[in-house]
Amino acid sequence: MAKITFIQPDGTEQTVEAAPGMTVMEAAKKELVPGIEAECGGACACATCHVYVDDAWHEKVGPPSEMEEDMLDFAFDVRESSRLSCQIKVTQELDGLIVRVPEKQF
Amino acid sequence: MSADGTQGATPIETDALIIGAGPVGLFAVFELGLVDIKAHVIDILDKPGGQCAELYPEKPIYDIPGLPVVTGQGLTDALMAQIKPFGATFHLGQRVDVLQKAGDGRFRLVTDTGTTFLAKVVVVAAGGGSFTPKRPPLAGIEAFEGTSVFYSVRRMEDFRGKDVLVVGGGDSALDWTLNLQPVAKSLTLLHRRDDFRGAPHSVERMRALVADKKISLLIGQMTALHGDGGVLSGVTVKTKDSESRLAVNRLLPFFGLTMKLGPVADWGLNLHENLIRVDTERFETDVPGIFAVGDINWYPGKLKLILSGFHEAALMAQAAHKIVYPGKKLLFQYTTSSSSLQKKLGVS
Ligand SMILES: Cc1cc2nc3c(=O)[nH]c(=O)nc-3n(C[C@H](O)[C@H](O)[C@H](O)COP(=O)(O)OP(=O)(O)OC[C@H]3O[C@@H](n4cnc5c(N)ncnc54)[C@H](O)[C@@H]3O)c2cc1C
Ligand code: FES
Repeated sequence: MAKITFIQPDGTEQTVEAAPGMTVMEAAKKELVPGIEAECGGACACATCHVYVDDAWHEKVGPPSEMEEDMLDFAFDVRESSRLSCQIKVTQELDGLIVRVPEKQF
Repeated sequence: MSADGTQGATPIETDALIIGAGPVGLFAVFELGLVDIKAHVIDILDKPGGQCAELYPEKPIYDIPGLPVVTGQGLTDALMAQIKPFGATFHLGQRVDVLQKAGDGRFRLVTDTGTTFLAKVVVVAAGGGSFTPKRPPLAGIEAFEGTSVFYSVRRMEDFRGKDVLVVGGGDSALDWTLNLQPVAKSLTLLHRRDDFRGAPHSVERMRALVADKKISLLIGQMTALHGDGGVLSGVTVKTKDSESRLAVNRLLPFFGLTMKLGPVADWGLNLHENLIRVDTERFETDVPGIFAVGDINWYPGKLKLILSGFHEAALMAQAAHKIVYPGKKLLFQYTTSSSSLQKKLGVS
């Protein structure tokens, strides 16, 4: 199991357990983390599962694929650290991962 | 595809009117066709296929019975081929706003462009609702919509002599950049990265206009809108290393589409968490003659799957037959062996 911490724009933190193989989006939905909407259910087709990966984890998580980069065009306030959480697969390596939920999904 | 010579006054009369051209609306054409019911189909999108065509045309679907794998667009194309014999009339790019009883037992429907229909039965196959442009979450944007902020171009004249900001990196943003450049006083294209998803030849033409200093290209994102009384005067744009205010009076943001329930909520149908409640024998709403199939309906055990919608369409058609042809008995037949069904399908 890997622990993933979601930080809300107001600073509230929530740590959830995720099994390797599932996605960060699924881990969030399972525990009803606010602000992860995931309208398309993880198909990289809606950009409403947008998160900012904590600087310390940036390298380990890696960059988005080309398809994900295209989909990020539909997100708001996209930054260097932006990822679509449905496209991040949980591995044991990501135990302790910290991501921030944006002000708004749209 | 549209036969909309009739605007406003003279309604188009039809046996069945299907709202939504998603996979389930398309298959409803087939099932209705087998029982001799002709249909008109309306969709706000400019193409058939609903979610499959708009959200995931190139992604694979693995749970359509008999098709081990098919893409969203592939399924749409196959359904269009399958329903071809029934000659349904499509009215694309129109949203059904009004659905009411006509007084003679039929239903009256009006679209946002004023096309009016009279139908004996209505099939709501509205899926997750109408596709609507995504609204950037900028404070106060609503106040500018329709006057300074537009999500599509209905009249080029609205942009003549204006300082226009187009935002986005896909085909809509590129096409309107190219089309509006000659009429606008100034045009700026803003995108979050220097990489465009649109058609390569549009990207080339856009870059040529930038090189000729006919338009400006900015890499960055919007952070605030400025203006008063619905009149836009500027947009704050954050680029990699600075933030500045751009003096523009027209804004066209293109951030894709999202599904919103829309007018379906106003038709007086019995809703369960924004879905239309139906029975599971006929998939009829609590208004006799109005059916709901596919993602838009709800009943205990409902699964939002394409295959469930196909089943619902088959039973709906049996019930619709009783309304369109009262007193006429419907024989149960197989397409494999029935010569009359095969004649309808144009295969015998
Ligand atoms: C990324 C993704 C992957 C999916 N994968 C699968 C899968 O593998 N298997 C599966 O079975 N399902 C899958 N689905 C779900 C499947 O796409 C839906 O169940 C299916 O599209 C529902 O079809 P529908 O015809 O009911 O509605 P939709 O496809 O939603 O179409 C409804 C149409 O109605 C139109 N409409 C709505 N209101 C109005 C109005 N007032 N006026 C005019 N037009 C209107 C809309 O514009 C839309 O085009 C997936 C969905 C997504 C997003
Ligand atoms: S859930 Fe839709 S893109 Fe991630």
